[in-house]
Amino acid sequence: MFDAKMTRRTFATTMGVGALAALAGCGGGASEDAGNDTVKVEMVTDVGGVNDQSFNQLAWAGMQQLADDNGWDVSYIESKQNSDYATNLDKAVDDGSDLVWGVGFMMGEAVNNAADQNPDVRFAIIDSTNDTGAENLTGVLFNAQEPSFVVGYIAGRMSESGKVGFIGGEPSETIQQFEFGYYGGIEYANKEQGKSVAYQGQYAESFTDAAKGKSIAQKMIKDGCDVLFHAAGGSGVGMLEACNEAGVWSIGVDSDQAALFPDYTTIISSALKKVDEAVVNVSNGIIDGSIAGGENIVLGAAEDAVGIAPTHDKLPDDIYEAALEIFEKIKSGEIVVPDTKETLDEFVASL
Amino acid sequence: MSKLEKFLRGRFAAALMAVLVGFAISAVVLIAAGYNPISAFAALFHGAFGRPKYIANVFIKATPILLTGVSVAFAFKTGLFNIGAEGQYILGTVLATIVGVKLNLPMPLQVPIVLAAGILGGAALGAFVGWLKAHFGIHEVITSIMCNWIVFYLCNYVVMSDTFHKPNSSSALAVNPRSYTMILGNWKKSDAGKEFLSNIPWLREILLKTDLNYGFIIAVLIAILASIILTRTKLGYELRAVGFNRDAARFSGISVERNIVLSMLIAGAFCGLAGALAVTGIAPHTITLLAGMEGYGFNGMSVAFIAACSPLGCIPASILFASLIYGGMSVQQTMGAPSDIINIMIGTIVFFTALPGLTPVLANMVAKRRKDQENVRVSKDGTPLPEKEV
Repeated sequence: MFDAKMTRRTFATTMGVGALAALAGCGGGASEDAGNDTVKVEMVTDVGGVNDQSFNQLAWAGMQQLADDNGWDVSYIESKQNSDYATNLDKAVDDGSDLVWGVGFMMGEAVNNAADQNPDVRFAIIDSTNDTGAENLTGVLFNAQEPSFVVGYIAGRMSESGKVGFIGGEPSETIQQFEFGYYGGIEYANKEQGKSVAYQGQYAESFTDAAKGKSIAQKMIKDGCDVLFHAAGGSGVGMLEACNEAGVWSIGVDSDQAALFPDYTTIISSALKKVDEAVVNVSNGIIDGSIAGGENIVLGAAEDAVGIAPTHDKLPDDIYEAALEIFEKIKSGEIVVPDTKETLDEFVASL
Repeated sequence: MSKLEKFLRGRFAAALMAVLVGFAISAVVLIAAGYNPISAFAALFHGAFGRPKYIANVFIKATPILLTGVSVAFAFKTGLFNIGAEGQYILGTVLATIVGVKLNLPMPLQVPIVLAAGILGGAALGAFVGWLKAHFGIHEVITSIMCNWIVFYLCNYVVMSDTFHKPNSSSALAVNPRSYTMILGNWKKSDAGKEFLSNIPWLREILLKTDLNYGFIIAVLIAILASIILTRTKLGYELRAVGFNRDAARFSGISVERNIVLSMLIAGAFCGLAGALAVTGIAPHTITLLAGMEGYGFNGMSVAFIAACSPLGCIPASILFASLIYGGMSVQQTMGAPSDIINIMIGTIVFFTALPGLTPVLANMVAKRRKDQENVRVSKDGTPLPEKEV
């Protein structure tokens, strides 16, 4: 009994020492961050989170490459709610970052404000613009309509039922680029092949709702669509699944999703938006001074920042070759790809 | 009964125990994942309290979950489970935004009207759920979860509607600046304000780098009000009587139906106010396209349960939760540990607060030990007692 008491007392002492150690740890942690010469780059994700299998994940892959190649100190903060953007950007600044990335157009306003408040820290944002002309902010935009046009062409060629579909995430100018580029590509294929493939599109109003993406896809498949393309992040994963179950062709987005999801065997291609490479190149440019800041960079086919996926084993060779030719034509400026309703109408009229 | 024993039988000990166990289990998870738990907790602590503005942000984050927590606690004390706090919160934000965008009155009128719009929205939704329960016997858990989704999509509808959508964004138009409830909101951005603040760095940091607003003060007053209603008024007596035993309440002449509707109405009003304060108090002062439930109502439930459904207990509980949620982001930033660790910690804490028997068991152990010691003393006096006597 006496021994048992001692044990309890020893236990209490141990706990006390542990608590003291924890307190000591606090003090240490607070004063650690100063006096460091390595370049520090942090990114703040939007509410999609860092494992969104889309642009947040690609951006983080680019950051990790920066850490591997340049030995930079990289880190990320995930936003859980829309109200987290400002406070997370603020934390990234407090951490002594040389460059802070915001990922996604949803963060546009918050990043512009943060750049305004912290003139001595450099900021960059994916998919949104520098609205204020602040010297320390670089907007990075993609011509997402260009790869979408190419996969639209593929969809037009592959469709046997004469109907193809598109699922978008939350409606915005960024996602409309995908939609109208894709639509343009279908019309281009129609003209070239003398087909009349019809387009239908719907927005899932979410980048994270796989169940909704799946049910929209199932409805489109029921309507007779036999090729589906998405620009809907996590919602689009549901589309890939629905297509796989129904044995209908699907087209991925952002990264090579056929390689990312080997279980889904009906992914014929993907419209690449190389956010990872952009993060690497723009970060390097900003840190070495070759990108001055204060402007918006538009990356497209000409910069090889977009493209179609290297995986093409499900695709007939002639269609893949034709798709690559079209991409070259976009690169050379021979085809100017539509990205809005108006330019699409003009484009279709000009065919 | 010794002091320790009394303490262990109290509610505070149960909550404290749950928090400690939560930290302990998170430490195990962190070790298993290959992170040093002490530096992770240090990062957490630094991230929540390391700078004046972080503390301000903790209070900002605590405001909505304190109000939704009080709402859940209030309903629970009257025998109802308000799982619809999330929906009532969202409706509060939606109505506050609609009114705040459309109206532009002088500030002393504008702010109360915008807040009232949010309160009305939450109250109406709560009362509707209460009415369905009182008159048709439909369980409030089912109806309020359904209402959560209806309001969720209503919010997205309003954001995307032509009248309220802000072009080229995923949000609605921001409310008129006269609706803002930030502390010294206009002054701090003026030249005079900036000049004055440049001499006081800590205040400057709090005011200019955060959206510190009056919300938390209002929320604390609401928690006190809820406590007073429940314990000091006839209304509260009736509400609780209905909650304890419906039939006995009816027998003694209390209208059960009326009280169920009233309870849900009041609970809903608290959530609606939380939503309205979020719109008026913090950037971007509007509603945005929701991709999923943001968890204000659900976090409120955790707050209420760790506070053992005491409205006043929700005040410290909400600060604890806000510091975990806000500080947790720093764990990820500085350690690279996934922020899901914080969710595990919160989950564990809630789980162990749901085990009310734990600390009384400890109290029994303490009592037994005290008795054992007494026994030992007695035996020293020369009157040995049998070993196994209790």
